[in-house]
Amino acid sequence: MIMDTQFFGAQRLSPAASARTAISAVGLGYIVAFDEAVAEDHPRMGGKCASLARMTAHGVSVPAGFAVTTEAFAAHMRTGGLAAEVDALVESIDVDDVADEEQKSARARALITAAAVPADVEAAIREAYGRLAGGNELPVAVRSSATAEDLPDASFAGQQDTYLWVVGADEVVARVKACWASLYNARAISYRCKNGISGPSVEMAVGVQKMVDARAAGVAMTLNPINGDRTKIVIDSAFGLGEPVVSGEITPDNFVVEKVLLEILQRRIAEKDHELVPDRAARRAVDRVIEPERRTRPSLSDEGVIAVARIAKALESFMGCPQDVEWAIDRDLPEGANVVALQSRPETVWSRKKIAASRSYSLGVDGVLGTLMAPLNNKK
Amino acid sequence: MTKATKFPSPYELKAPDGAQGWQEMYPYYLLFQDGLRAKEDDRFWFCDSQHWPSPFKPFDTVTVEFAVKCLGQYNTRHYLIPPANGVDYRIHNGYCYMSPVAVPPDDIGPRVPQFLERAGHYFQNWPQLLDNWHKKVRANIADLEALKFETLPEVVPLEWIKNGVGLDNTYALMETYDRAIQLLYKTWQYHFEFLNLGYAAYLDFFGFVKEQFPSIPDQAIAKMVQGVDVDLFRPDDELKKLAKLALSLGIDKALEIGGVDEALAAVGRAQGGTEWLAAWKAAQDPWFNFTSGNGFYSDDKYWIEHLEIPLGYIRAYVKRLRNGETIDRPTAKIAAERDRITAEYRALLAPDAVAAFDGKLGLARVVFPYVENHNFYIEHWSMSVFWRKMRELAAILHRAGFWNAADDMFFLSRQELRDALFDYGNAWAVGVAPIGPHYWPPKIAARKSMLAALAKQPPQPALNTPPEVITEPFTIMLWGITTDSVQRWLNGSADAKTLMGMAASPGKVEGRARVIRSAAELALIEEGEILVAPVTAPSWAPVFGKIKATVTDIGGMMSHAAIVCREYGLPAVTGTGSASATIRNGQMLRVDGSTGEVVILS
Repeated sequence: MIMDTQFFGAQRLSPAASARTAISAVGLGYIVAFDEAVAEDHPRMGGKCASLARMTAHGVSVPAGFAVTTEAFAAHMRTGGLAAEVDALVESIDVDDVADEEQKSARARALITAAAVPADVEAAIREAYGRLAGGNELPVAVRSSATAEDLPDASFAGQQDTYLWVVGADEVVARVKACWASLYNARAISYRCKNGISGPSVEMAVGVQKMVDARAAGVAMTLNPINGDRTKIVIDSAFGLGEPVVSGEITPDNFVVEKVLLEILQRRIAEKDHELVPDRAARRAVDRVIEPERRTRPSLSDEGVIAVARIAKALESFMGCPQDVEWAIDRDLPEGANVVALQSRPETVWSRKKIAASRSYSLGVDGVLGTLMAPLNNKK
Repeated sequence: MTKATKFPSPYELKAPDGAQGWQEMYPYYLLFQDGLRAKEDDRFWFCDSQHWPSPFKPFDTVTVEFAVKCLGQYNTRHYLIPPANGVDYRIHNGYCYMSPVAVPPDDIGPRVPQFLERAGHYFQNWPQLLDNWHKKVRANIADLEALKFETLPEVVPLEWIKNGVGLDNTYALMETYDRAIQLLYKTWQYHFEFLNLGYAAYLDFFGFVKEQFPSIPDQAIAKMVQGVDVDLFRPDDELKKLAKLALSLGIDKALEIGGVDEALAAVGRAQGGTEWLAAWKAAQDPWFNFTSGNGFYSDDKYWIEHLEIPLGYIRAYVKRLRNGETIDRPTAKIAAERDRITAEYRALLAPDAVAAFDGKLGLARVVFPYVENHNFYIEHWSMSVFWRKMRELAAILHRAGFWNAADDMFFLSRQELRDALFDYGNAWAVGVAPIGPHYWPPKIAARKSMLAALAKQPPQPALNTPPEVITEPFTIMLWGITTDSVQRWLNGSADAKTLMGMAASPGKVEGRARVIRSAAELALIEEGEILVAPVTAPSWAPVFGKIKATVTDIGGMMSHAAIVCREYGLPAVTGTGSASATIRNGQMLRVDGSTGEVVILS
């Protein structure tokens, strides 16, 4: 599956956005929970987090989490002249000298991670993680969140780090800093230089989101990828985490759902011999052999299929175009409310197809005549 | 198993044992004549067990004759449907077989302008014309109600003598009989005045939507068009109202005592009983002119003559209300759902198709109420009165000794009945005993045993070689018969465990089968069973509160079973061809009304 360029990347703040940052950078607004965000919060949450917040607001569940806003990053960079120091370093880079770039960018990152996070920012992050984890050692994903408006090139994606299986407030704070620092890895700097995006105006938000312990997961397309039929939702699903479905490593169960009536039209249940499951102790996902009696069972119940279809349909409706949705059934959530959307992006293959030449239809008795004659014409 | 490519010829299908000579029960023009074999075998005939699931008593052929003749006249002579004339029909081994008649290719073009002018007039003036239709049909029903069959008196009334009338009572009797038949004929003329055009306009929308969304389920299209306030559901709604009223007046216990007479007497004695009895009486005209059959058979039971049927349903509703269940049809929900579905599909259309969608949907919604509602006015109300009048006549001739039981009259054809009436009047005039009481009872007994033998052998789904492609619009429209369904019939027994039909109402359930071949067996249905029947009638509605799903042999998306099941939110698979013959009582079934699959699990 293609990475979502919209969710990874740097953000260059507009003057207006910078002004907003300055006004609200008084200790407030370092944290915005996905399910509490309002539209004005979106710019300081970065693209990825804003998208999650919008999904939540439209009734699409996503794994719970929060954004550490661009203001938190700005506050960090303001402490002890860090911003000036980093900017000077970056200014001095000779982008044609790979070694120079490598060395100076590493020093910039080290400066950012070495600096202590301002106390109010750190307290806010710890408090937010504590609330999300409910006092437990909850594994979360920590990833950068910036807009992609300057970053049409998908190859840039992933240059900023994503940390999975992060557990505990200390580690969360450390990984947030690491995400901030990732703005200054060598390739990111090169990219910005080449595209005339200068240092000081680049900002970064960070998303902290629960790692989903998926009982089943997969992909849903809000059209039939075989023929572009927009009245269908096609779902691929397997046990465990969704990566093997996304990467095509396994043959998933396949369901075709009628979009408007929300009825299952087709079920193809595959034999599934492996599943990817979280190993919390090892802080990673591990491949596990599925016991024989479970292999040919559907990974999704009929109710589950409909719940996934509903979410995909809601995403299409508020995104305004056909979507390709990654989803999971969260083991920790109650039945009936356990489908979460992990990612949604516009479908591209059929949506790019040229629309056939406009045609006209006869109405009234002429239309009826056409219908009465149609079986005859079909035979010819 | 080798794949069959043709159905048997009627000339090879012998009468079942005990039914030899059945041909004598029906008029010559309904039979496959030996001398016409080459011509008749050259045509494809399908069995219409949707409307006529059991063998005809001789009198009852009047329904297929009038109905299908009138269908034909509108295609051939009123509207000049360019590619389609009428539907020819025969009776063989007691069942009726249909063969649509195509228009010769060279004649199609010249019919187009006439069709546009004639049908166009109806589409353009539909509401006014339909309003007029209601007036005509109600007047016709009033004329039927006014018919009076009277036993011949000892002598001609004195005042007829004094007034110089110059006629006798047999004249009035014959005239009333002929008038009853003519009024029935009119009933069926009116029936088809709007039906063919209504279906065609619906089909125009249907085909358009299918073209836009090739894999859209048929039921989604039906839902966009279906009405919310449908007269056909009024009788059932009236029963629900009466059940609620019984509870609110506190006479529900009295209503449960004994048979109809006892219960009504008990209600009458109870406080508030008079109010309930008045409501019960008021609901009967016209809403109890409703049959648990389909109106095509003389033995169809109408509520108004069998008050135990509606009373039984009311009692069942009372029980469900006491259990706290909701018995109302969720009309607001149905309306909201119809709007949602329409809006969502509309939003998925290509921009250049939106105007056509709106236009065709608009027309379909104008015409479709007729398709849904005509049933009440014709099959239920008009036919209720007609059959009631015929039973009055049957009783008179029964008293005159013509037959052993009143309803034996229906073992005579309508022409034979006219003869019997003349015999009755002739003997009265001459002053002798009629010949009928000697002639008819043994003949009726023989016919009864022939019909019993015919009923034991299910009909063939079709006769002779099917066309490669079914192109006749009315075969597809009115009977739901397509190239695919004919292929399914041919391959019928390939997999006895799985039956395929039309996905008529969504949902998937498992349950025990209850095979019902006639309305008389409806009482056998137990809670939670799956109803399996050759065909269902909308008047079976009250049992739909009990069952889990419906499977029928015949019928399409717009068949009665499909409409009622969607209304009641039950899965339905229609047009399986052979479910009622294949499935046995008590077998576990899995019915998927979204895919049209019925699996016999045990």
